[in-house]
Amino acid sequence: MDRVPILKIGDILLVSIQIDMEDQVALQLQEDLADRVVTTGCHGVIIDISGLDIVDSFVGRTLATIASISRVLDAETVVVGMRPAVAITLVELGLSLPGIRTALNVELGMALLARAKADERAGDSEWDEIDDEDAETAADAQP
Amino acid sequence: MALEPDEASRLAALLEDKQEELVGAWTDRVAQSLRGRLSRAELQRQTTELRKGFQSALAGGATDLTQEAAAELRAQLSDLSTGRARQGFSATETAVSLFALKEALLGVLDGGDAGNLREYVAFSEFVDAAALFTFDTYVHVRESLIADQAEQLLELSTPVVKLWDGVVAVPLVGTLDSARAQVVMERLLQTLVDTGSPYAIIDITGVPAVDTQVAQHILKTVVAARLMGADCIISGIRPQIAQTIVALGIEFGDIATKASLADALRYALNKTRTRES
Amino acid sequence: MSDPVERIAVSTDQDVVRVRQLVRTIAVSAKLSLVDQTKLVTAASELARNTLVYGGGGTVEVTRVDNGRRQGIRIVFADQGPGIADLDLALTDGYTTGGGLGLGLSGARRLVDEFDIETAVGQGTSITVTKWCR
Repeated sequence: MDRVPILKIGDILLVSIQIDMEDQVALQLQEDLADRVVTTGCHGVIIDISGLDIVDSFVGRTLATIASISRVLDAETVVVGMRPAVAITLVELGLSLPGIRTALNVELGMALLARAKADERAGDSEWDEIDDEDAETAADAQP
Repeated sequence: MALEPDEASRLAALLEDKQEELVGAWTDRVAQSLRGRLSRAELQRQTTELRKGFQSALAGGATDLTQEAAAELRAQLSDLSTGRARQGFSATETAVSLFALKEALLGVLDGGDAGNLREYVAFSEFVDAAALFTFDTYVHVRESLIADQAEQLLELSTPVVKLWDGVVAVPLVGTLDSARAQVVMERLLQTLVDTGSPYAIIDITGVPAVDTQVAQHILKTVVAARLMGADCIISGIRPQIAQTIVALGIEFGDIATKASLADALRYALNKTRTRES
Repeated sequence: MSDPVERIAVSTDQDVVRVRQLVRTIAVSAKLSLVDQTKLVTAASELARNTLVYGGGGTVEVTRVDNGRRQGIRIVFADQGPGIADLDLALTDGYTTGGGLGLGLSGARRLVDEFDIETAVGQGTSITVTKWCR
């Protein structure tokens, strides 16, 4: 069975899915990522899906689960590189990927994670002020 | 009343023997019907070729236009029809060019004889079939011309422009139907990827009316863009359109809407700045 | 023009991947637009997984079709499983008996041009979908 490689870059785990995944491979990735988040102590996960020509409800659900698990483990997940045709299909399919942050490419994904981290450092006291401006940006990514 | 094989060969011989007279008379009539829009030399060339086509089809034993022996003739007819359709002639004018052959042929037949009459009627039918064939081709060519033009129009009318670093805009002008809305949607999303722009402005100042379907398309575009990690701002919503949107019960939800393109750009730039700081 | 029917038996995860690849290859050769290809392959993936998970495996047949005006692709998903008891309910967004998102059937229906389903309890399920070239 193929396995999707996970790269560690600084505080970020980068996954680039380049193959048409069997359901088992997707579930394996979900497991591997949870392990790596814990062992590396990374606070960000970027999943690049620019190589995927389709995302069906199973893959969509797996991505959402990965995001939820990572959040529990104190890591933010950003899905990047979704192709336009895939996005249009997901809208038609009725899959809105709630709770998943998205960015157009890896670079913007890293910027998004850096901002999320900066927000966190700003601390709880300032959170409320920033909330109006920045939480809106963050919320935009999760309809 | 179809052509008999022996009639076909007699007619082929007639077309050969009287070719000059026939082509002359035929060309005259066609020239008359087209009233000088094609030069006589050009028409003469066409009728000469067609006569050859008819002659060799009949000599080859064709008693029906659909037969193998008439394949060459069919190709000629469709070339003629394609040319005429592209030059802007009507379907009638194209068909009349063939009907003229019947009149020309009548002139070269020695009249009176019942056998001749039978041949003539049968040949007429053959020519009619040829004329109908050009008609079909003509319609087909025009249809594809129209489809091509519609596609070109779609491309023309949906430019996606980069307004600023990280901000692209699509100014929509004219009526949005489902097909066009789809093209706009795909084009916009692709531009977001190509330019790595996290903000898109959909300006609908030039859209006269919005119905449920169009609103749905715009909403879907916005949701798809979000899935990809980009934000859409809709600008230029005119008062009537705002009223329609509310009356139709369409939820624009938390989508940013701005009165003008300028406001939308200012909003997007502000957001980009907060992102970068 | 009637192209040969391509048939794949679906009994494992890998077969679902093979269905996706076959449908994509045929969709490309039928000159479907990129978005339509993506929609059809996604629908095929959903339905093939249903055949596997709910139908206990079955077959997928892919054919090029031509209705005189347009070309298209027809896919038939057939299984000998338990069938669907309440079709209306199964076609409702969010309804699931298998722990999924409940978008497989209803979502796939929105992604294709024609969607036809035949099912009876204990008799298995056969779903036929068609997508036409624009």
